[in-house]
Amino acid sequence: MKSKFQPDKNGYFGQFGGAFIPELLYPNVKELEDNYIQIIESEEFQTEYKSLLKDFVGRPSPLYFAKRLSEKYGAQIYLKREDLNHTGAHKINNTVGQILIAQKLGKTKIIAETGAGQHGVATATVCALMGLECTVFMGEKDIVRQAPNVARMKMLGAKVVPATSGSKTLKDATNEAIRYWIQHPETFYLIGSVVGPHPHPDMVARLQAVISEEMKWQLKEKTGNENPDTIIACVGGGSNAAGAFYHYMDDEEVELIAVEAAGLGVNSGESAATSQLGQVGIIHGSKTILMQDEYGQIVEPYSISAGLDYPGVGPLHAFLFESGRAKYMNATDQEALDAAFELTKIEGIIPALETAHALAVLPKMTLKKDQVIVINLSGRGDKDLEIFVKHLEQ
Amino acid sequence: MNSIKNIFQTKNSQVLSIYFTAGFPNLEDTKSVIQELEKAGVDFIEVGLPYSDPLADGPTIQNSSQKALQNGINLDIVFEQLMTIKNTNKTPLVLMGYLNQMLKYGEDKFCQKVVDCGIDTLILPDLPMVEYENHYKQLFEKYGIKNVFLITPQTTDDRIKKIDDFSESFIYMVASSSITGAKGEISQQQIDYFQRIKSMNLKSKLVIGFGISDSSTFSKACEYANGAIIGSAFINFIEENGVDKIGQFINKIRK
Repeated sequence: MKSKFQPDKNGYFGQFGGAFIPELLYPNVKELEDNYIQIIESEEFQTEYKSLLKDFVGRPSPLYFAKRLSEKYGAQIYLKREDLNHTGAHKINNTVGQILIAQKLGKTKIIAETGAGQHGVATATVCALMGLECTVFMGEKDIVRQAPNVARMKMLGAKVVPATSGSKTLKDATNEAIRYWIQHPETFYLIGSVVGPHPHPDMVARLQAVISEEMKWQLKEKTGNENPDTIIACVGGGSNAAGAFYHYMDDEEVELIAVEAAGLGVNSGESAATSQLGQVGIIHGSKTILMQDEYGQIVEPYSISAGLDYPGVGPLHAFLFESGRAKYMNATDQEALDAAFELTKIEGIIPALETAHALAVLPKMTLKKDQVIVINLSGRGDKDLEIFVKHLEQ
Repeated sequence: MNSIKNIFQTKNSQVLSIYFTAGFPNLEDTKSVIQELEKAGVDFIEVGLPYSDPLADGPTIQNSSQKALQNGINLDIVFEQLMTIKNTNKTPLVLMGYLNQMLKYGEDKFCQKVVDCGIDTLILPDLPMVEYENHYKQLFEKYGIKNVFLITPQTTDDRIKKIDDFSESFIYMVASSSITGAKGEISQQQIDYFQRIKSMNLKSKLVIGFGISDSSTFSKACEYANGAIIGSAFINFIEENGVDKIGQFINKIRK
């Protein structure tokens, strides 16, 4: 049976999705659409992808029982350790897969957008691995706040192009990547999240689905049941959440919680809680929920976390939200910082600021002692040290 | 109603269209730019609806859009401005914007306003053909609105034929794989592409845009198409020289 969370032939999840692209991009998107499923499902791809995930990325990522965190919140909390992947986040699952797809399509030049720099680093990494030319677009503001990742990308041989338009963050980096793509149709746009025109959201979700695929057997081993009660993941564009939810979406008994960045507060005017503040709109080629004014002008989002600072969500998330299948919560900058410090102190794990938002909803939930919760620990916090240190001194 | 169709009925070549951004350089300039362009004798005018995230546009139109938005422009103001010149302006107008603007404003409300302003043609660069077929064709037909499709050097012949069938106004031929903005001279590669499209003998009229900036690129484009559109070069000109000098710019193109 086909899942209702798979896109239809025009790339729609319910009313969300599609491919709202200028004619200039049609041949590129069509080429990918015609080939991606066939490539992903081929034995050759699966062999190469799995081998790279195992030996290059270091998968499977552990499912760790967080004993002290569990005691503190009165539940059975497991952390899916995507932070232990090579390059420090879940982003590499997608870039390893897409670089293989790019190669099968005969592409030699890769472009990407990045917010926190994790996708940029993961893209630069696989380009170095395959000997392909890499250009990463990054908002000028993010270049400043995620400096270590900029240095890593450069060391890996990528060209980092500052996006100076608009809010100078992830949205604008994506605009610049798409404009470059229009002007250089021979390039492969290695998109970093479950956003963009169809088939990009579905392709990225399929490549991140390895997270929930592993969770199933790991939970079975540890708890005797492959289903947890609850899965929690943070959402900017939504790729780590899509991967953590993927194989559980049709299993209504598993509660899915997506956590958005509330910035200074959902109604403060400085927020990125798209599901709470947005309405149906089109961004980066996809119909989704979008933060916009009454005239459809896109509102500049805000979050302390560069990876969640996005005014839309992927169309799958818009559908999960609208259908009520997943619950959308949010956490402020301060709540995320507090959660990051807490995890560091009681479990010895420094999470990325993005991931800290997922941890930050634990105190807001009513939990049961035997409730099995998996939190997708999407990335590690090395890149955020400067922000953490500033907070430590306050 | 001043329809684009009438233009091509009386004039089959050298059709000159100018694109400008509504509310730029000043909020109230929408009207005066149109009046000056009419005085200078352009054949039709594309009114750009400023958008925060114009994906198909280069730096010049991005900047003019941003300034227009800072000037306080919005769709209601643009429609009001266009209403005030509806009865005096004889030059056909085309609206160019992004789909999200129409979506958020309300599709029916948007179309009604367009028609009320005496306009019957839209260019929405991010409206793909499949969405047009499935939904917007019916919506636009209800209001008598014609949609202009874009073709590019990468568009296949089969797809161009389909676009030709759907087109009721003209086909917007994007001159190269690019976003909007001046590029200098027209290359041999572009000429080969122009020639290829010309030899397809499409039923629709062809207007070339993106990278057309002066009399040389305009007349070159007009050798292969019924006309051409100038946008970024015009916006740069009015920013530097002011709206009252528009006649000079047009005379130079037409020389």
